[in-house]
Amino acid sequence: MRGWMGKFRSLFLFGALAMILSGCGVDNLSALKPKGYGAELLLDLMMISIAIMIFVFVIVMAIYAFVLVRYREKKGQEDVIPKQTEGNKSLEVIWTVIPIILLLVLAVPTVQATFDLADQSTQGDEGVLTVEVTGNQYWWHFNYEGEELATSQDLYIPTNERVYLNMKSSDVIHSFWVPTLAGKMDTNPGENMNTMYLEAYEEGVYWGHCAELCGPSHSLMDFRVIAVSPEEFDQWKEDMRNVDPEAQPETTSAQEGQELFNNNCMSCHAIGGASMGVGPNLTNYANREKIAGVFEPTKENLVDWIVHPDEMKPGNQMPANLVTEEEADKIADYLLELDHSEVGKDLPTQAPDEE
Amino acid sequence: MSTAVAQKRGLGAAIWDYLTTVDHKKIAHLYLVSGGLFFLIGGLEAMIIRIQLMKPDNDFISAGLYNEMITMHGTTMIFLAAMPLIFALMNAVVPLQIGARDVAFPFLNSLGFWLFLFGGIMLNVSWFTGGAPDAGWTNYAPLSTTSPGHGVDYYVMGLQISGAGTLIGGINFLVTIVNMRAPGMTYMRMPLFTWSTFVTSTLILFAFPALTVGLFLMMFDRMFGSAFFDVALGGNVIIWEHLFWIFGHPEVYILILPLFGAFSDIFSNFSKKRLFGYSAMVFATVLIGFLGFMVWAHHMFTVGMGPIANSIFAVATMAIAVPTGIKIFNWLFTMWGGQIRMTAAMLWSIAFIPSFTIGGMTGVMLAAAAADFQYHDTYFVVGHFHYVIVGGVVFGLFAALHYWWPKMFGKVLNEKLGKWAFWPFFIGFHLTFFIQHFLGLMGMPRRYWVFLEGQGLETGNLISTIGAFFMAIGTVIFLINVVYTSVKGEKAAADPWGVGRTLEWAIPSPPPHYNFVQTPLVRGLDPLWVEKMDGKEGMTPAEPLGDIHMPNASILPFMMSLGLFIAGFGFIYQVDNSAWLIAVFVGMGITLGSMLTRSLKDDLGHHIHKEELEADIKKGVAK
Repeated sequence: MRGWMGKFRSLFLFGALAMILSGCGVDNLSALKPKGYGAELLLDLMMISIAIMIFVFVIVMAIYAFVLVRYREKKGQEDVIPKQTEGNKSLEVIWTVIPIILLLVLAVPTVQATFDLADQSTQGDEGVLTVEVTGNQYWWHFNYEGEELATSQDLYIPTNERVYLNMKSSDVIHSFWVPTLAGKMDTNPGENMNTMYLEAYEEGVYWGHCAELCGPSHSLMDFRVIAVSPEEFDQWKEDMRNVDPEAQPETTSAQEGQELFNNNCMSCHAIGGASMGVGPNLTNYANREKIAGVFEPTKENLVDWIVHPDEMKPGNQMPANLVTEEEADKIADYLLELDHSEVGKDLPTQAPDEE
Repeated sequence: MSTAVAQKRGLGAAIWDYLTTVDHKKIAHLYLVSGGLFFLIGGLEAMIIRIQLMKPDNDFISAGLYNEMITMHGTTMIFLAAMPLIFALMNAVVPLQIGARDVAFPFLNSLGFWLFLFGGIMLNVSWFTGGAPDAGWTNYAPLSTTSPGHGVDYYVMGLQISGAGTLIGGINFLVTIVNMRAPGMTYMRMPLFTWSTFVTSTLILFAFPALTVGLFLMMFDRMFGSAFFDVALGGNVIIWEHLFWIFGHPEVYILILPLFGAFSDIFSNFSKKRLFGYSAMVFATVLIGFLGFMVWAHHMFTVGMGPIANSIFAVATMAIAVPTGIKIFNWLFTMWGGQIRMTAAMLWSIAFIPSFTIGGMTGVMLAAAAADFQYHDTYFVVGHFHYVIVGGVVFGLFAALHYWWPKMFGKVLNEKLGKWAFWPFFIGFHLTFFIQHFLGLMGMPRRYWVFLEGQGLETGNLISTIGAFFMAIGTVIFLINVVYTSVKGEKAAADPWGVGRTLEWAIPSPPPHYNFVQTPLVRGLDPLWVEKMDGKEGMTPAEPLGDIHMPNASILPFMMSLGLFIAGFGFIYQVDNSAWLIAVFVGMGITLGSMLTRSLKDDLGHHIHKEELEADIKKGVAK
């Protein structure tokens, strides 16, 4: 019941509509089940517009049904010539003015919400987090401004705080969309940087999509927003800052994997640090929700992915057959040991899939 | 001379006749056949898309091919199916409705058609030469400018050529309607279909140049090393989006307005009433056309234009709902108190009202800029624009084709088959697209090659695919109807519906190639109805019977278009090998040579003599 719409929600129509629509879709993905400020505001706006539209539709359909039933030509009436009415001024005025009023009712909250979501008044204030989001074919990079840390694919944010996103793209246009938290915003290449904000009300793993056609693997460019409590978030930042990229893994296979990784993969990928390479930053990889954004985090998938990325995500930049299957197996062992933080592990959902 | 050609009855002569014709009625046939063919190709692409999305993680087609499918489906349906089918109707009907013997520029009319056709063929050739365009029908830079292969080059050249044809066609109808109206046919007596053609032509005149400019920039970026859309060299990708939508949004109204006009004529005819609120309808049409230019950026709410621009475009977009609402209510009140006859044409029109109302309402929802942050580029948008384009444009095309078929081909489409085609299509349409609104809100972005399992999207997508098959069945039945009618159909009377109100129903079906033996005198709105109510058989002539001056047929429009077609391939492939520049020079040579011929050779047309006209009247092919 946050937001200015709260007081209207008890009205029957809105309540009923919200009830029906919230049955649609899965948690943490559907825009109809908001878990954040932006998404909730937008659902309210949708409800107003749907209510107005249903009102109009019912009226149109009532006249429509009446006309079709009442004025069908009946047998034997083929020669009847109806009265040729020219029109009716007062009717014209009525169906011009009433829609204008209805649209004004919709326009006012629309403009309010549009400005609300574009608000950047607290950005840069002490303690307000800004993340630089970069869209790439086909992965996301998240750089925490002033924090010396970065992640890819999984964006960690604290709950109940506004987190600003400064968004751009390194190649083509992408669009960042987490339906349950907020609306989408394009990431443009070049100078046109966009800013939006997220505010999650509850802890959880929220599913994100790329929503602007960006090439063959457009539909495989998913990501997640992981909202944790502010205390846990601080812990996570601490953990991430203390990552030692040179740390010795436990098993021999993983140690060999580390060697192979350093020789073959480090020119594009990074572990620890905040810089954006050609490929995603793999810090805390063992805790990734998905492999390459969409695949189940099993070792088998990871090996497949390392050897044949082109087959799993057509058109992506990672070279295929850079290492052999056995080598990939070791690299996978290494990557799956990159368990840099406990934060977020206890969150109930891996993904909407499991419901 | 041309009558002599028309009398020869060989297949070769018939083909030559159509290649060279400048008769608006034959050009209408050409537009109808080629537009219909592209409609089937676009429909096939749609079916492939729906089969791919039938179940989660499907691998019916590859990701790259899928992107080519969606790009070509959109491009084909908009530019190569809807546009020519609308031009088919405009060509078949507008000159008749205003009492003219042809359009203002018959030669240009033919040129417009051939340019469109060669452009359309060019686009589709890309399937066989290494891949179709794959950057979406919106072709956003830099995805398009960096797309490998030549697919996007075909998009640029094909649309440039066919776009020129459309622009020429638009100008032609504008001049025709301004200059060629019969005596007494004042602006406020024009049938709504003519009015909407007039407004549409104006929109074409102002909207297509924006596309032309955009395509030129893209052509130079891709083929000649310029950097309008290359951010690394100081270009800007948002420019393409603006240019595209400054064209693209009016294009939506270019598509729907003529059908609004057709619906107005059909509702009025089959309710046996004059159109309710004629002047309000005209005003609403003009207003929609005008506002259509003020709202393009509502396609770009998520681009990052800022809250001020977003709000302005949101409110302007909402404003369009007002004149559209005026139209819906006036149609309803046209039927109110009338005698509604449920022909196939009327059935499609009746179905249009709720379908389009839903499309319009989701349009208003999308106009709410902030809420669009959720809807944008999801299946909600896909659902919305198919409700508008299928529920409005395609329903309208079917309605108008049933209505004017006898005037175009001299035979009434079979009514029973017409209704059989309607029901599966209508049910399939709602099955396919209604659920897509919810898919979008549930988190399914558009242009997704696959959706993942367990996201609650399976059922909706399956229903949608099933619906698509129903639509295909409806289309097939319509095609069967066309064949059946052409074989078995009975010859249609001048006014086969018996309730004709406008001028086209005053002359035989199909009309002689000069349309009117004597230019009719128009004495009011719905001129034929006016005469009928005065107890007269037909129109009162506005001139004595005399020789009629008609334009000559010409192969030059075909040659000009062929030249550009050849040059187009030259432009595309000279990037790989400069030997292809030969094709550029040969093609441009053919085009410019044809233009030179046209300029230097006097072609004064020919006369149909009074005696021939009298003979035609006696035979009953003219009146």
